[in-house]
Amino acid sequence: MKIRKLFGKMLTTLLWSVLTIITLFPIYWMVLVSTRTPVELFGKPNLSPTFLNKIHWKNFTKPFIDGIYSDYLINSIIVATSNALLVTTLALMATYALSRFKLPGSESIFFWTMTNRMAPPAAFMLPLFLLFSTVFKFGDFTLFDTRIGLILLYCVFNLPFAIWLLKGIIDGIPKELDEAMIVDGANIFTIFWKLIIPLAAPGIAVTSLLSFLFAWNEYLLASTLTSVYARTIPTGLSEFVTTTGTNWGTMAAVALVSMIPALLFLFLVQRYIVAGLTFGAVKG
Amino acid sequence: MFSNNRTGWLLLSPTIIILLIMGLVPFFYVLYVGFFKWNPLAVDPSMQFEGFGFNYRRLIFDEVFLASIWRSIKFSVVTLFFELGLGFILALSLLSSFPLKSFFRGVHTLPLVIAPIVVGSIFKLFTVQGLGPLPHLLKDYFGYTLNYGLNADQAFWMIVIMDIWHWTPFVTLTLLAGLSALPQDPYESAKIDGANNFQIFIYITIPMMVPVLIVVIFIRLMDSLKIVDEVWMLTGGGPGYATRFTGIHIWKEVFEKRFYGLGSAMSILYLYITIVICWLLYSVMVSRGKNED
Repeated sequence: MKIRKLFGKMLTTLLWSVLTIITLFPIYWMVLVSTRTPVELFGKPNLSPTFLNKIHWKNFTKPFIDGIYSDYLINSIIVATSNALLVTTLALMATYALSRFKLPGSESIFFWTMTNRMAPPAAFMLPLFLLFSTVFKFGDFTLFDTRIGLILLYCVFNLPFAIWLLKGIIDGIPKELDEAMIVDGANIFTIFWKLIIPLAAPGIAVTSLLSFLFAWNEYLLASTLTSVYARTIPTGLSEFVTTTGTNWGTMAAVALVSMIPALLFLFLVQRYIVAGLTFGAVKG
Repeated sequence: MFSNNRTGWLLLSPTIIILLIMGLVPFFYVLYVGFFKWNPLAVDPSMQFEGFGFNYRRLIFDEVFLASIWRSIKFSVVTLFFELGLGFILALSLLSSFPLKSFFRGVHTLPLVIAPIVVGSIFKLFTVQGLGPLPHLLKDYFGYTLNYGLNADQAFWMIVIMDIWHWTPFVTLTLLAGLSALPQDPYESAKIDGANNFQIFIYITIPMMVPVLIVVIFIRLMDSLKIVDEVWMLTGGGPGYATRFTGIHIWKEVFEKRFYGLGSAMSILYLYITIVICWLLYSVMVSRGKNED
């Protein structure tokens, strides 16, 4: 029995080792490509870690210092950060309303916010493109190709799961605490500042990190709703496909840079990512 | 506890307004445009009304569009089959303890947070002819030529493999969360009754996991029916029509040919089919789950 168990353990470890290699190998190759000159990439693929000796920094400096990609990077940072802040604020307010008030129809409102997340973005490309460029107009200002347009749009995809995540947490804060504060004469802002935000802080952090990540990663709508000024890093990445004679090194470098937030946040949100992706239907 | 609901509605209103403007208005707008013949690049670039069903009648005989829907469904089912199978095995294996478990699990989570477009780039760099190591390795060790730029089947299966690489972790982690939350009593009584591991798995684990399985299948189908980014990066929908999924087809019709009216009708049908498939699946699985209780 003991030998059989040991054998099982070895087999599982072996399976997971193979899996880890399969997961990491393509990413490792991308790192290799991003640190090599076009000449070094020519011919048979060399899998040895040459970046330990020599890094071809031009792959990074060319797009991000000399090129347009620094603008894309700034746009991405602004859009994702503002969206995360906006989504967290709005979701906190909405969740508190759904949790503490007996609003008629609040169940349907809750369900309706969910359906917004389910819809395929490709079906909304055209109407959003037309609305942004011709209908949503304030004088000369249109939402098309602006950061504010993207920031507002991403709320549609981020609010539903933010509300899901926060609802469980705010429902868990006893109502008696609110009531005690109201008796003491506190208004709604005091309740938020002194009670809800401190107690829900971990949930708020996870919500804003995941919102940031989704906004940072979104590609399809960003590429159809921007043309010059508000382009984000993912749309810049797709520009490599159409150009003839792709510079693989630069492309790998841009892809690597756009992966950085994901890598930074991975260990912070790892525990919550399942709950985030399944709208809390399955707890991680 | 508050004397009136005004504060509640006030707190909720910004969310509702944004979702109305950015979610509901576009839906009704695309429904509206779908009733018109509208191509800004045509001789007459204005919107023309030709009867309510004009675009929809055209779509029913549009073989390329119908083929793209069939392709999307096929792709979703194939990837779901592999991801569910692999994910279940991995989730079960994570229940036992083995060396370096948390490290393996952490690495397994990594693909989940990478942007789809970056996954497309990673696979492009990894598999493209003349640069990627995969075609070389396959050629050297198995004598197999991988060139998905020319071979339609290879292109389709390359996308399937990429999707499995990207989303199996999601299935694994969700099923693991479900498995760890299962009550232990049924297992103990089954063991006392002398059931073997296989019987326990079929008659206890699977039925108890039905609610979690529904969630996983539901979300995975929804997501793989909307796939665009990775495919666009890796194959651009080609070669020919081999990887032209519905989302990519709509994009090409709308932004390359500028068929606004027809594209809107496609969007509506696409939305409708996505909802119907998931609703059908959901009701079938929920009623089956009830019968077994």
